[in-house]
Amino acid sequence: MNLLLAVLTPFLGAILVAWVSRFGRSHAAWAAGGVALASVAWLLPLLSGPFAGVTLVQRLVWMPSVGLDLVFRLDGLGLLFAGLILGIGLLVILYARYYLSERDSMGRLYAYLLLFMGSMLGVVLSENLIQLLIFWELTSLSSFLLIAYWREREMARTGARMALAVTGAGGLALLGGILLLGQITGSYELSVILASGDLIRAHPLYLPTLILVLLGAFTKSAQFPFHFWLPHAMAAPTPVSAYLHSATMVKAGVFLLARLFPALSGTPEWFWLVGGAGLCTFLLGAITALFKHDLKGLLAYSTISHLGLITLLFGIGTPMAVVAGVFHIINHAIFKASLFMAAGIIDHETGTRDMRRIHGLWQFMPFTATLAMVAAASMAGVPLFNGFLSKEMFFVEAVELASHQSFGWLLLVAVTVAAIFAVAYSLRFIHDVFFSGPPTDLPRVPHEPPRWMKVPVEVLVVLCLLVGIFPAQTVAPLLSVAAAGTLQTALPEYSLAIWHGFTPALWMSVIALVGGVLLYNVRRPLLVWHDRYEDRFDARRVYNALLQGLMAVARWVTGWLDVGSLQRMVFVFVAFALILGWSGWSGSGAVLTGSRPLLPVDGVSLLAALVLMLMSIAVVILHRQRFTALILIGVVGLVVSLIFVKFSAPDLALTQLLVEAVTVVLLLLALYFLPQHSPAESHPLRRSRDALLALLVGGGVGALAWAVLTRPHNSIGDFFLANSVSGGGGSNVVNVILVDFRGFDTLGEITVLALAGLAVYALLETLRLNGPAQDADGRAWNWDMHPVIMASFARLLLPLALLVSVFILLRGHNLPGGGFIAGLVTAVALIMQYLANGVAWTHSRLPVNMHPVIGTGLTIATLTGVGSFVVGYPFLTSTFGHVEWPLVGDFELASAMAFDLGVYLVVVGATLLILVHLGLMHGKESERKTSGRDRGVR
Amino acid sequence: MEALLAVLIGLLTACGVYLALRGRTFPVVLGLTFLSYGVNLFLFSMGRLSIGQPPVINASAVAYADPVPQALVLTAIVIGFAMTAFVIVLALKARADLGNDHVDGQN
Repeated sequence: MNLLLAVLTPFLGAILVAWVSRFGRSHAAWAAGGVALASVAWLLPLLSGPFAGVTLVQRLVWMPSVGLDLVFRLDGLGLLFAGLILGIGLLVILYARYYLSERDSMGRLYAYLLLFMGSMLGVVLSENLIQLLIFWELTSLSSFLLIAYWREREMARTGARMALAVTGAGGLALLGGILLLGQITGSYELSVILASGDLIRAHPLYLPTLILVLLGAFTKSAQFPFHFWLPHAMAAPTPVSAYLHSATMVKAGVFLLARLFPALSGTPEWFWLVGGAGLCTFLLGAITALFKHDLKGLLAYSTISHLGLITLLFGIGTPMAVVAGVFHIINHAIFKASLFMAAGIIDHETGTRDMRRIHGLWQFMPFTATLAMVAAASMAGVPLFNGFLSKEMFFVEAVELASHQSFGWLLLVAVTVAAIFAVAYSLRFIHDVFFSGPPTDLPRVPHEPPRWMKVPVEVLVVLCLLVGIFPAQTVAPLLSVAAAGTLQTALPEYSLAIWHGFTPALWMSVIALVGGVLLYNVRRPLLVWHDRYEDRFDARRVYNALLQGLMAVARWVTGWLDVGSLQRMVFVFVAFALILGWSGWSGSGAVLTGSRPLLPVDGVSLLAALVLMLMSIAVVILHRQRFTALILIGVVGLVVSLIFVKFSAPDLALTQLLVEAVTVVLLLLALYFLPQHSPAESHPLRRSRDALLALLVGGGVGALAWAVLTRPHNSIGDFFLANSVSGGGGSNVVNVILVDFRGFDTLGEITVLALAGLAVYALLETLRLNGPAQDADGRAWNWDMHPVIMASFARLLLPLALLVSVFILLRGHNLPGGGFIAGLVTAVALIMQYLANGVAWTHSRLPVNMHPVIGTGLTIATLTGVGSFVVGYPFLTSTFGHVEWPLVGDFELASAMAFDLGVYLVVVGATLLILVHLGLMHGKESERKTSGRDRGVR
Repeated sequence: MEALLAVLIGLLTACGVYLALRGRTFPVVLGLTFLSYGVNLFLFSMGRLSIGQPPVINASAVAYADPVPQALVLTAIVIGFAMTAFVIVLALKARADLGNDHVDGQN
């Protein structure tokens, strides 16, 4: 399970780091570094597998019934990416410690960074594609948080939103593509999909699948025409940019291309779509990069360009091109991360990133300048640096491809132009910043950064040189396993030497270098020209127009569907339900009355029914007199509980009785803050219309009830009746169903109850309302709010009532009762105290915060379920046994009783939370009144 | 007896619908309470009616009422209370924020 742990560690670590950060900034950095190292440690023992050519698959069975497992996979490609994510991640963690200022929250950055790290690891180590997609979306979300880290800045927020919108939309397309892949191959697991390339390519759905997957990859990797989000994401802190835009976020798209290469590549569609997008992006990014005055803007477009280069290589699709693509992924990650860090140092030391102001930094920070020069030379593709090697492999592939195509020379021209621009912008990054005269009005006087801030850059720059000079001794083994993992076949022959003789590729490099220097020398008129027309090229305008169009459509649809009146919507809803019910019934030809023998009516039942009818009608007629209506509806509820008594449902009768009491108290408390009368405002016509609809619906429901009641009955209830004692250890079948057979449903229901309680609490917390000073008829409120007799009785009754509730709780498994009913009894008993003695009096004697009670209840109920999970049974399997207690006799203990205790606590907690806080509103109000003006009245 | 219960269920539903269509929050909450009664009884009646046969296993019992709808309705009653509480507090909040108790937020 090492792979699962390696992925989970950063997620858990994020929480740890957020907590640790309160002890100090360095603590947070150490903790984050430790978490990343822990992930490395989980992976280390597995290294031998990929290097021996073995694909490691680790599976955690999750939902076998629907074929859903947590499956992780480690092969060469996954290993390479995991190495980049963790290695550069560690360097970024170190760098960020010195980059962030005192004002910025260290814990937040590291927590987000670790979340992102875990998501990326999940993407590159997933075997199941759906699982991969979940992590893919998590990278979108966590990068949103990272880009918007300086959330007070508007640029950061818009940049983050744009990145999320573009990559999120791509994620949706990718989901579609993955589902299609699953449909075609019958599996979501990579082992199957990668092996069924021929099946996929021959399938009629191949093209839609390809387009959807590519949309996901291109949006993530900022390929043209989705490239525009990446420069705006530069609003992030520089360590974040160094991480996201060198080794991780944008590489996820390229990773996807590499991952699905064996399944999707090798067709003309693949070649034109992937190669075309790659070439456009390569060229466009390189040209734009030269004209950016912002250091990070230049690097952003350079990143876009290099991603285009990698995409183009995958589009070419020969095995050798794939090797070059994988190699360039490594090289780009190394030199781009160091360049971003260098840009961050310059920003940090000078206070600006504008290349029109930063000049001549060589005299202030020669060491940093040297580091940046090495990295930039690598970016330009200068020999002896690592970028040169993969770029030359790329030129070889381009020449090879061009010799087969009729317009191949166009490709060579485009590639050479892009390479010339790459040299020119690299030169600008170095020459403009470190030389080119003295700086112009910098916010601060620059000097070398703190020692440890340079270390990550040094490490990366040394890697640039090592890989560039001794490729065969350093990067070769990793490159070969990663390329083999991508291709899933044997590797082609290739050599990583620096010198291959005077090949066309070498001449292209020479042209690029010379052309780049020349281009840089004539940059000034070009820059002026570009500044004048810059706005016209901004893809953001298209994006904004699209976004606004989408918003307008959404507003139009909402306006069309929602008329903004609850009354009308409810009417339409109910009328529609009526029409549906009627149309279902009228066409079926079924008879209304079934064949089941009927029960005789007795006098008492008839009387109760008459009471219920009279009261209901009275409520409707008198509903504008709210207090009266409330009392009458209480009677209705009591008769309903009598109905349950009559028809063999003692548990329901008890529950209904208690809930009725609680509901009436609740509504009384609330009514105080509402008008005491409803105004007569409905037009008689409207009232008749509503009454007609109500009668029709009531008639329909009544007819339906009649139709069901008169039909013979065949229920799954027999199973529960037969198995209740033997399987659940209780003779009260209703309770056994609740806490045992369907315990999972009950767990969901008490969670809803807890949530409702908390929501009510949250709503009430900020609420300020004033009740009327007099009652509805203009009389003053009775000051004798807590009559002595009632108060005394309530206090005497409390222990008795609590005893009853314990009794009901304990016997619930075998006789009517249980957690729900016992919880309500306790709640009613306690609420009695509040009513009889006042909120302040009771609250001072029962200062119990209900949140922990609810939390404890939910925890107990969940743990009971998890307990059975731990000993190897499905969630919420219960067990029971009998013990002999002195005096009491035989007593049954069931694990379901612990569950019932959880139910009990949640019911008590939620009910009291709701009622007490509503009651406290009265306290708040009378406090304000007495302290406000008429303290002397009493 | 079946006819009597069917009529009651129909009446409770009708009262609930009529009150739910009113323009002020408090009658709407009363209407929802009526609808809860009606729906709970309706769900309960899916197990058909039986008298004196509670679903508590007992050696001398000859038959039992259907326990499944009872279990469903039991939690429905409690959740119905939670919903009523939430809606009425929402009504209070609306009154505080909008200054009136009309369901559409306007006088």
